[in-house]
Amino acid sequence: MLLPYFQAIESGPIGEAIRNSTWLFPFVEAFHLVALAVIGGAVLLVDFRLLGIGLKRQPVAELARDAQPFLIGALLFMIASGVPLFMSEAIKCYYSFAFWTKMTALALAIIFTFTVRRRVTRADAARFSPAVLRTVGAISILLWSTVGWGGRWIGFS
Amino acid sequence: MSLHNLMQWMADTEWSVGLHESRYAYSIIESIHVWTLCVFVGFAVLLDLRLLGVTLKRVPVSQITTRLLPWTKAAFVVMVISGVLLFYAIPLRTYHNVFFRAKAVFLLLAGLNAWLFHAGPTYRRLADWDTTPITPRQARLAGAFSLALWAAIVFSGRMIAYNWFDCESPQKSAFMDTIAGCDRSQETSDAAAILSGH
Repeated sequence: MLLPYFQAIESGPIGEAIRNSTWLFPFVEAFHLVALAVIGGAVLLVDFRLLGIGLKRQPVAELARDAQPFLIGALLFMIASGVPLFMSEAIKCYYSFAFWTKMTALALAIIFTFTVRRRVTRADAARFSPAVLRTVGAISILLWSTVGWGGRWIGFS
Repeated sequence: MSLHNLMQWMADTEWSVGLHESRYAYSIIESIHVWTLCVFVGFAVLLDLRLLGVTLKRVPVSQITTRLLPWTKAAFVVMVISGVLLFYAIPLRTYHNVFFRAKAVFLLLAGLNAWLFHAGPTYRRLADWDTTPITPRQARLAGAFSLALWAAIVFSGRMIAYNWFDCESPQKSAFMDTIAGCDRSQETSDAAAILSGH
């Protein structure tokens, strides 16, 4: 059903420009990976705190507020660099199990992060029980890890 | 025995061939390497940004070094082990890869930067500036160098996969051959032998 769209994207000017260049794909990919480290730090800082490890003397809300600009900034950068990478090999992605796993996990991770997790990290310290915080932290780590693993495995297929 | 010969010997060991040819082991090790990158470089970046006075300004630096650094170090150990295994799977090619060589130099510089900062006078007086959002000049310098070096390490690490400057690829420039330590004399004499044979 979606295949014609993927074919159109791949044969579009951006996809073609990247495929015609020796350096473009590797460079964009390498920057994509540098941003992964930043988003990893921003996500894990807060998730570790929710799990009750790491910077546990600081309030969750304070850490979440400090991490927020890096989370959003790195996420936007990753999307901006990931979309052209996808455009250069859309048909391969269409047939890639890792790609669909990554996109599903990414959609869930973004929704979860900006709804449930946002609400929990912004609430007063005593509002949610440690069990709730731990569950939210664990789900967040699981979802974002699946995004990362899926992304790496697109390249192996 | 030269390093080249050592790598050749390593590449011929049973385990190296096994890793190289396995269906999943190499990919799994590489995934672990990338996942721990998020923990290790991610937390290192946060410490660097704190040293620069950009974020976590209300968190004492000592809190980050005592509560976050153990996780950072654990992730670093996993990164080194998985990285060594990735090298061991393809030793000879990696040894001559210019991006691997650049990464090794950046890693040494990052280690030197961290060591200089931790052994230096500013870090010894940490109690004086632990809770101040504006950090001393040496701390900011160490943070900035560390950020730049780790970005360069991740970047060049990803580029090891590309073979533009490999000794097996057509020569791009004599300079790159020098960096890669390629010996092309064998190649030309082979070509000459083939030509004279005809």
